[in-house]
This record gives sequence, C-alpha cells and structure tokens, in this order.
Amino acid sequence: MLQVNNINVYYGKIHAVKDISFHVDSGEIVSLIGANGAGKSTIIHTISGLLRSKTGNIQFLGKDISKTEAHKLVYQGLAHVPEGRRIFLEMTVMENLEMGAYSQGKVNTNDIADVFERFPRLKERQKQIAGTLSGGEQQMLAIGRALMSHPKLLMLDEPSMGLAPLLVEQIFHIIQELNQAGTTVLLVEQNAEMALQIANRAYVLESGHVVLSGTGKELMESDRIRKAYLGG
Amino acid sequence: MQSKKTVVSKMITYGMVILAFVIVFALDQSGLISRHMRSMLVPIGINIILAVSLNLTVGFLGELTLGHAGFMSVGAYAGCLFSIYTADLLPLAARFPLAMLLGGIVAAVFGIIIGVPVLRLKGDYLAIVTLAFGEIIRSVIINLNFTGGASGLKGTPQDSTYPITFVVILIMLFVIMNLVESKHGRAITAIRDNRIAAEACGINITYYKLLAFVVAAFFAGVAGVLFGHNYSILTAGTFDYNMSIEILVMVVLGGMGSIRGSIIAATVITILPEALRFLEDYRMLIYAVVLIIVMIVNASPRFTGMRDFLSPKTWIAILTKKNNGKEAA
Repeated sequence: MLQVNNINVYYGKIHAVKDISFHVDSGEIVSLIGANGAGKSTIIHTISGLLRSKTGNIQFLGKDISKTEAHKLVYQGLAHVPEGRRIFLEMTVMENLEMGAYSQGKVNTNDIADVFERFPRLKERQKQIAGTLSGGEQQMLAIGRALMSHPKLLMLDEPSMGLAPLLVEQIFHIIQELNQAGTTVLLVEQNAEMALQIANRAYVLESGHVVLSGTGKELMESDRIRKAYLGG
Repeated sequence: MQSKKTVVSKMITYGMVILAFVIVFALDQSGLISRHMRSMLVPIGINIILAVSLNLTVGFLGELTLGHAGFMSVGAYAGCLFSIYTADLLPLAARFPLAMLLGGIVAAVFGIIIGVPVLRLKGDYLAIVTLAFGEIIRSVIINLNFTGGASGLKGTPQDSTYPITFVVILIMLFVIMNLVESKHGRAITAIRDNRIAAEACGINITYYKLLAFVVAAFFAGVAGVLFGHNYSILTAGTFDYNMSIEILVMVVLGGMGSIRGSIIAATVITILPEALRFLEDYRMLIYAVVLIIVMIVNASPRFTGMRDFLSPKTWIAILTKKNNGKEAA
C-alpha cells in the first residue's frame, strides 16, 4: 500500500534520514520505533508532504506521492495524526470533527456517530471547547478527526506522548480495533513495548538508519531491542 | 454549517449598524448634529471598514500585517484618478460605485502581488515586510507625476457622504460575515488554530491565506476611495505606518476575531481624539492613557467577571433559574 524507497531528508546540512526504505502492506499495523532524534517524525513528515526527500520516491496505492502537496494527500486516503495532539484548540469537539470531514465536502452524520461510538467520551463533550479537554481526550479527538476523512492508511505520530499508562493502553487498544475494522496503520512511537505488541511488523531506527526490522514478536525477543528499549 | 446562534449574532451586528445609522440620520434631518460632528461621520465609517477588513487577516487568519494603509492608498489613488478623468463623462450614480470597485480591485491585485511571496512568512517577519510594503508604496506615489507627487492629488469630486458609506459598510459586513461563517471561513480559522492539523485535514493553506489577505486588501482599497472622495486633496503622506498601526489598535481593542468589537472600537477611536479636544494640550496624552486603561481593564480577569455579570445572558439564566425554583417550590 505504501512503499518508501531510498529517501534522504535533510534539515539544512543535517542529514536526518539516511537512505531509508520500508513498506506497509494493506491491512497491517507497521511501527517505526526509535529514540529521540532517530528520524521517526521526519519520515512521517516526508510521507505527508511537509518535508521533501532529496532522493528516491514514495508510492501510495501505486501512485508517486513524493511531490504531492500535503493538503492533497488526505483526498487520496492518507490521514496524518500529527505529533502532540494538534487539534483545533479554539473550536468545539464537534467542530473539530467537522473539520476532519473537510476533504469529504459534506459532513456525514453517520461518520460522527461512528466516532462517538468508538470514543464515548467525545460524545459527552461534543459541545466543549477542545482546548479544555484532557490530554487523552485530545488524542482521541485527533484520531477521531482523522477518521472523519475515511482514511485507507492512518499515520499516527507518537499517540502515546505525555499520556498516563492506562490511557496509552486505551489508545493502543483503539488503534488495534481500527485496524481490525480495515484501516491500515503506520505508527511512529517511542514507547517501543506498546508499539511492538500491536505491530505486525516494525522497523527500528537509530540516527537516521534502519538498524533492525522484523515482525513485532521477533523484535520484542531480540536482545538488542530488549537492552535498548525494553529495560533488560 | 450556520447555527442558530451565529445567525442571531449576525442579526445583532446588522441591527446595531442600522440602528446607529437611523439615529444619526434622524438627528441630522432634525438639525441636531453640528457641522463638526457631521464631518466625522464618513471618517468613522471608513475606519469601520478598515478595522473589520483588517480583522479578517489579523483576527481570523491570525497573521499580523501592518500594510493596511498601503492597500488603502493604492485604492484611494486608483479611485480618485478614475473619478477625476471621468467626472464629465459619467453621472455620479455610475461613477462613484465604479470608482470604489476599481479602487478595491486595484488594491486586491496589489494584495495578490504582495501576498504570494510574503505570506510564506509568519509573525513578526510578516509584520515587518508588510510595514515595508506600505512605506514603499508611499514613497513611490510621492515620486510619481500622475499622482500629484508630494503636493498631493487635487480635483477629486467630494462624493463621499455618510449614507453612501453606510451602504458600503453593510455590503462589507454581508461579504465578510458570510465568508467567516462559511466553510471557507472555518478553513481560515483552522489555519490560525493549527497550521499542520489544518493541512492534515486537506485545507490548502496558501490559497486560504491569500484569500483572506486579498479580501482584506479589497475593502481597504474601497475605504481608500471613500477617504479620497471625502477631502479635496489627497496626499500620500497620510497613509504612513501610523495609520496602519491605528487600524491595528482598533482591531486589538475591539477584540481579535470580533466583528462587532471592531465596529465599536473603530467608532470610539475615531471620536475620542475629537471628543477630548477641550483638553487642548493634554489631548493626545489623555487619549493614550484612555487606550492603555481600556486595554488593561479589558484583559483583567476581574473585569471579565464583571462583564459576564452585566451581560443579559447571565440575567436571563438567573431569572429562568429563579422561576424554575419558584415553580418547584
């Protein structure tokens, strides 16, 4: 479904992503894990068109999207849930969801009902200003908003950031449910344990390189990962 | 997407403007308005147009621009030159609307020319570049011959009257309020709230930034035409950065993103220096102090609480609650 071939991304002179290739197949959950500064978010930003790669290409559903503008990708079925719960803080929960349906042209009330069914907390708070939600609720809203665009591939950038362990589990459970309902997921995480648990496959990044890849289970058992991320 | 609440809010804004006009008109007809007061009506209207249109970029789009006077001057010169050359050819009823349309379009074209490269910038950088634009326009106009140069453009017919200004305000309110409440307006406020999230929702950021910028420039140009037709002489020196900043003060004072606030603030700020004329030498000092006090009081939490207490909504809530309580008892 998504094929990333030999991308190299620079911030000025800094070479942040070094010749990385990976792919996501339809129906999978694929995780990119790594420490701070490994290049995870850079990769996501490059796929979603906020940054450009100097080399290689990115194919989505057989089309080259490496030159496509960021705002056009959502129309092709690629939804990006940005890092740090980037919701519209001054709008209500409902208005945030309506914004999510922007690419659909019209707000479908069934879609909103679906999101509320998945996130009952959002239903309770639909008229509340999004900035007053708790961190976990804001993350739910960010995911709910992305779902409003009927994505084929959902890209999540650090959904666990700054959330309590219980909420992290809840969010990851929801990601799994979404995947079972047919959405392909590309997950970028620092929380390696959770990310590997739910992933079909995963890639481990270190300072801009892919250093390991395999199924989630394989990686969880790998010594290197256990030492570096899972605490022995 | 228009809810009942926004429709009511829009009606209040229209109602406020129409009521103000009716009162002024009635007073004028009965001869209760002094000539001095009367001469201020058009400037008030012009400032309302400027403040509301600047609010579109500063308040709704969230980009600080300081070149509003520049767009105004471009529109003013385009409209005034048009009126001077067609004064004998066209009747007033056709000439003046055409002059305003032309002034607006010329300003909008400048908005596109300036906006495409400049809107890549943000915050203070954008403010400085738009400020520079205003200054460049002013210098260029002073050094051109057909604009009358430094001595100013003479011979513009004095067509601006307060009923015409009132009609222009209504048209502008109709356009801007509908834009803000539409899907496009939602996209513009979404960009202000969170650029990356807006882009992730599929909003074309460049397009909407430019749209807001160009609509604002258009109405600045129209205001410029009204301005030019209000005085017998038009000099480029009027449109300096002080003017841009004064418009910005109106927007900030009235509240970013509040159209009604911009209208009230524009009115107050236009009247205040005149109303304080009796203070003579201390006039501008007191004016500045009043502005500072209003800003501080407006932002203080205690005043916010008091304002909520004074608002009719609170009273309606209190009264209905009391009634409910009585019924229960």
